[in-house]
Amino acid sequence: MVALGEDESCPYEECMPDIFEVTVDDLKHLVSERAISGETMLLNMGPQHPSTHGVLRLLLELDGETVVNCIPDIGFLHTGVEKNMEAKTYQKAEVMTDRLDYLNTVGNNLAYSMAVEKLVGLDVPARAQGLRVILVELQRIASHLIWLGTAALDVAAMSTFLYCFREREDILDIFELVSGQRMMTTYIRPGGVWRDVPVEFEKAVRDFVKMMPKRVDQYEALLTRNPLFLDRTLGIGKISGEDALNLGMTGPGLRASGVNWDLRKARPYSGYEQYDFEVPTRTEGDVYARYLVRVQEMRESLRIIEQALNKLPMGPVRSNNRKYVPPPRSEIGVSMEALIHHFKLWTEGFNAPKGYIYSAVESPRGELGVYLESDGGPKPYRIHWRTPSFDNLQSLPLMAKGHLIADLVAIIGSIDIVLGDVDR
Amino acid sequence: MTFASVLEWLIKGLVWVLVLLGGFAYLTYYERRALARIQVRIGPNRAGPFGLLQPIADAIKLIFKEEFMPARADKLLFTLAPIITLTPALVITAVVPFGPEAANFPLFGRTITWYIADLNVGVLYIMSVASIAVYGIVLAGWSSNNKYAMLGGLRSTAQMLSYELALGLSFIAVILLANSTRLIDIVEAQTGMWFAVLQPVGMIIFLIATLAEVNRAPFDMPDAEQELTAGYHSEYGGMKFALLFMAEYDKMIAICIIAASLFFGGYREPWFLQGTLLSVDQTPLLGPVYLFLKVFILLFGMIWVRATLPRIRYDRLMAFGWKILLPLSLALVFLTAGGILLEETVNPWFRWGIPVVSLAAGWVAILGMYQTLRRKEHARA
Repeated sequence: MVALGEDESCPYEECMPDIFEVTVDDLKHLVSERAISGETMLLNMGPQHPSTHGVLRLLLELDGETVVNCIPDIGFLHTGVEKNMEAKTYQKAEVMTDRLDYLNTVGNNLAYSMAVEKLVGLDVPARAQGLRVILVELQRIASHLIWLGTAALDVAAMSTFLYCFREREDILDIFELVSGQRMMTTYIRPGGVWRDVPVEFEKAVRDFVKMMPKRVDQYEALLTRNPLFLDRTLGIGKISGEDALNLGMTGPGLRASGVNWDLRKARPYSGYEQYDFEVPTRTEGDVYARYLVRVQEMRESLRIIEQALNKLPMGPVRSNNRKYVPPPRSEIGVSMEALIHHFKLWTEGFNAPKGYIYSAVESPRGELGVYLESDGGPKPYRIHWRTPSFDNLQSLPLMAKGHLIADLVAIIGSIDIVLGDVDR
Repeated sequence: MTFASVLEWLIKGLVWVLVLLGGFAYLTYYERRALARIQVRIGPNRAGPFGLLQPIADAIKLIFKEEFMPARADKLLFTLAPIITLTPALVITAVVPFGPEAANFPLFGRTITWYIADLNVGVLYIMSVASIAVYGIVLAGWSSNNKYAMLGGLRSTAQMLSYELALGLSFIAVILLANSTRLIDIVEAQTGMWFAVLQPVGMIIFLIATLAEVNRAPFDMPDAEQELTAGYHSEYGGMKFALLFMAEYDKMIAICIIAASLFFGGYREPWFLQGTLLSVDQTPLLGPVYLFLKVFILLFGMIWVRATLPRIRYDRLMAFGWKILLPLSLALVFLTAGGILLEETVNPWFRWGIPVVSLAAGWVAILGMYQTLRRKEHARA
C-alpha cells in the first residue's frame, strides 16, 4: 500500500477524496417539516447532560414534551484507541483495551487476548481459563451494578445508586487483590493471565458470592414491584426482536426482546460449556424487560462464579510457549534462555503469522468483537473493535419516538451505553 | 389598630422570618445528613462539629458568587421570580398558632400571643397564598430564555392544576370535622383525637398533594435533574438561586407546620398524653416543642420519600390527580359530612364510621391504581 501523494501516477490533489462541506440545508432531512416551520421545538440534549451517561449528544425534536425525532450525535469521546494499538506490539497494545469500555475492563482484556491467541495459535491452561471466567463474570456483575444504579438514578430512585456502588466496591477490591489495580487491570494476557491469584482470593470471592444474592433481593425490593418504577418502565421504549436484530443489537437488550442469543451459550469460549447456567430472556422488549433480564443475569453470573471456583484446577496460569508468552519472573534469574525470551518479547515483541481473524465474547453489553489483521510483523496491521454500545445505541431513535423526555432518559439508561465503548 | 399592635406584628413577623431562614439552612443540613444515613454515606461533616457549620459555609459561598444573567433573559422577571416564589413561603405560616392561649405571656403591658395573625378564614388564606408560589416558578422558567427552564415552568403549571383541587378538598374534610376555618379552632378541636386518625385517607391525600405543592420527590418534575438538568432554575446562580432554593425548603417547613396543625394536633399534645403533666393544658410552654417535634418527623418523611421513590412522569401525575385523587377526595368530603350528620342526629359512635368508610374508599382507589398497572402489564406483552 502506498501513502497518499507518494504514488507518481496519481498526484496528491487528484487522489485526495473530495471534501464535502456540510451546510444546515443538508441536515434538514433529519428533522420533520414542522421543526423547520418552528411548530416543534429543537432541543439540544447533551453532551453535557446528567442523563446521557457521558458525552452523548442528542438532538431532539419535541412536540410539547413528546419526542418526534431523536438524532444521536457521537464522537465526543473519540480517543483513537484502535489506531494507537497499531503502533504498539501485541503485548503492549493490550493496555489500551482497558480504556475502551471502562466498565468492562477485564472483558476487553479477554476479547483481545482471545483474538491474539487465535491468531498465533496459543493454548491456554485450564486454571487460567477458570480464573478468566470468574473475573469476567465478576466484571459483568460490576458492570450491571453500575447500570442498575444509573438506570435507577435516571428515574430518580437515588438510593439504589449508592447501594450498587457499595457492592461494586467489593468487586473492585477483588480486582485489586489479583492485579494490584482496581479498574485498568490488564490481568488477562494472551496465553493466560498475568500471574496466579493470591491465597486470599478464594475467600474473598466466596464471601462475595454468599453476600450478593441478598443484596440483589434488596435492589429488587426497592424497584421490581414498585408502582412508580413500573409506571416509568412498563411499555416504554419497546423494540421487537426483529428490529433489534436488524439494528445489530446484542446483549441483554436483544434478549429482552425475545431473541435468545448469548455467545457464552451459542459459541462457548473459555470453558463456558462446562458451567450450568440459564440465559434469562423476556419477550416484551421494553425498559422493564431489560431491567429484569439484567437483574437475573447478575444472579446467573453468581452461579457461574461459584461453579468455576469449585472446579478451578491447580496448575500453570499461562501458556508454556515461550515464543509468545514471557517466562515467569523466577526463571529469568536462573535460565539464560528465559532471559533472552523475556528481552526479545518485551523489546521487539513476537511476529504473528500473516492473516486476519475475528473473535468475540459476550460483554455485559453484548457482543464484543475484535477483528485483528496481521501483516506478519510484531504489531497489528489493523485492529477493529466491534463494540456493543455502538450498535445498541443505534436503536435509540426507534425506541424513543413518541415517548416523553422523561421516558427518553429511562430508555437511554436501559440501553446501558458506555461512551468510551461507543466512540473508541 | 394602634401603633403598638403594628409594631408587635412587625417584630413577630421579623422574628418568624428569621426563624424560617435559619430553619431553611438547617433543613438542608438535616436533609443531607438523613439522606446520607439512608444511602450508607456520611454526609457533610467537615465544617464545624458534625458539619454543623456547613449551611453557613454554603450561604457564604452563594452570597459571594457572581450574579449571572443570561444574555436574552427578561431581566425584570428574571430578578422578580425568586422573590415571588419566596414570599408566599415566608408568609403562609402567619395564621398558624404555635402555642396555646395559656402560653401567652405579657411583655411591656401587652399580651403576646403565639401566632402572628388570628384570621377566621385561616385555611382559605393558606390555600390562596400557596397557589401564588407557582407563578414564581413559571416566571423563572419563562424569563430565563432557556428551553429546559421553560419546560420546567410548563410542567409546574400542569402539575399545579392537577393537585390543587385534591388539596383543597382534603382541607374541606378538616374544616367539616373542626367546624371552623380558623386554625386555632382546628387545633383545639383535635384535643381528644387527631384528625389524622379520624380522616386518615384525607391526611394521606393532603401529604401527597403537598409533596406536589412543594415540588418534592417524587413530584419534582419542574426541576427534574435527570430530565431537564435543573428545570426552572437552570440559569440561576448565586443569591437568586439561593432564594429559589430557600423558597423550596421554606415551603417544606411551612407545609409541614400546616400538616401538623391540620391533622396531627398542631401544638396540642398527642391525645394519649391528655391530662398528664406533659399535656399542653398543664405545661403550656410544651406547645411549641410538640409542634417542632411533629414538623421534624414530617420533614423526615419527606426526606425518606425522596431517598426511596422514583420520580413520577408529569402526565401520570396529572392522570393520578384527576382520576384518583380528585374523585377520592370528593368522596371523602361526602363521607365526612355524612358521618358528622349521623353523629349529631343518630348516635355519637357514627363518628368512628368516618375513618372506617374512608379507609375502604382509599382501598378501592388503590385497587383501581393496581388494576391500571396490571392492565398496562398485560397490554405490553
